[in-house]
Amino acid sequence: MAKVLVVTSGKGGVGKTTSTAALGAALAQGGKNVVLIDFDVGLRNLDLVMGAERRVVYDLINVVNGDAKLAQALIRDKRVPTLSLLPASQTRDKDALTDEGVSQVIEELKEKFDWIICDSPAGIERGATLAMRHADVAIVVTNPEVSSVRDSDRIIGLLDSKTVMAERGEQIEKHLLLTRYDAARAERGEMLNIEDVLEILSIPLLGIVPESEEVLRASNVGSPVTLANAASAPARAYFDAARRLNGETLDMTIPSDRKSLFGKLFGRRAA
Amino acid sequence: MTIAARPRHSIRFHSRSFHAMALAPEAPLADWLAELDAWLERSPDFFVGRPIVLDLSSNEWSESDVLGLTKDLGERKIQILGLEGADRSWLDPALPPLLTSGGRQESAPDRVIAALDNDDAAAGAPPPPPRPHSLLLDSPVRSGQYIEHLQGDVIVIGSVASGAEIVAGGSIHIYGTLRGRAIAGADDPRARIFCRKLEAELLAIDGLYMTADDMGPHLRGRSVQVWLDGDSVMVTAQD
Repeated sequence: MAKVLVVTSGKGGVGKTTSTAALGAALAQGGKNVVLIDFDVGLRNLDLVMGAERRVVYDLINVVNGDAKLAQALIRDKRVPTLSLLPASQTRDKDALTDEGVSQVIEELKEKFDWIICDSPAGIERGATLAMRHADVAIVVTNPEVSSVRDSDRIIGLLDSKTVMAERGEQIEKHLLLTRYDAARAERGEMLNIEDVLEILSIPLLGIVPESEEVLRASNVGSPVTLANAASAPARAYFDAARRLNGETLDMTIPSDRKSLFGKLFGRRAA
Repeated sequence: MTIAARPRHSIRFHSRSFHAMALAPEAPLADWLAELDAWLERSPDFFVGRPIVLDLSSNEWSESDVLGLTKDLGERKIQILGLEGADRSWLDPALPPLLTSGGRQESAPDRVIAALDNDDAAAGAPPPPPRPHSLLLDSPVRSGQYIEHLQGDVIVIGSVASGAEIVAGGSIHIYGTLRGRAIAGADDPRARIFCRKLEAELLAIDGLYMTADDMGPHLRGRSVQVWLDGDSVMVTAQD
């Protein structure tokens, strides 16, 4: 049974695209058929993070308008065969997307994929509401700081009113993904701590992804962080989150990049 | 013998209530109008787009007084939506409509709206006077949500997020943290606001408000009761 997942946040720059790519890759590596859809029309980034920017021919708008078939627009990942990408248009804007068009695309994708992950743009306007409209599950990406938390709260309110599930009277499954978490800063009181964020947002925690330089390195080489460096702290956090999405119960931990003694002794190869 | 029924057009009547600001003129009118002009000089666009109702309860006005006033206000670009507290016998068609149900919660006997159909099976029934009742919300109020319930109290089981707003005709009870705005007693100074943890942005009772800056720092984060003492908003801790 296909599941439609939306990765949203309200606030920009908190890690939606990074998380969409990382979780998508993690789920696909687990054997599922996963498709990632970039809903950020005009400001697309998912193709860059996936390393597919030089293979984009047709995009979501082309499919919605009927200029191309879905199969022509889907880009299969070269590293993980069960992972595909449906990019957004860079030249058009959000007004080109229609509710019926998006609905039809998602229905068609449900026949071929187990997970359909929609990468929402920032904000609460049409792009964001269309991305969440047909979702069964929502991941609210939040940084542990006040503006991000308030914006996430707004988005949670919209998830409970502007989705098809909400209109049917059902509650959409919501998960909190805390990203760019810096334990040292939280201890010094510069960042909100996890309990504060959970108290304000009151939705179950899916995972805690620590702040790490690995994320930028991975996007610079056009790879989700779970593929570029699977042993890194953020990648391990995403793998855990993917397992929880699949229904596993795991203890909540914050992976760290601290090297073990072994790693310190044999850290670098001599020239 | 059956009588063929007349085909009826369905003309439907619905009950609606809208919000309007009530402007209360005072005698002597010339002085009052002068004050109004001074106000308009300072805030020229204040009345643009606002539905205004004239509250005539402060004085015994004559029909011609009010007709003149409506014209004077029209010249100042203030459009009068209706008259509150007017004499029922005034029938001049140039007058704004007489409003009888709603407005200030005084005893206003509801008029029966005459049905278009003259049969006994009248289509229009008198609108029943609204009974006060509470609105119960058992999930948190999220940022950006606006809850309005003018017919009574509002009870929230959960927190009210920063950027959310609750407007109640009666009291507001929050079994959680209040981080947003609570506006109680729209028109009832006896209303109170209760919350388990005060982190509010704004509290108001019967139009008198207090922002977060004005709340004593010793009260932030505590369980409080907010009420009106004359013209002051009083906040006391409950724990």
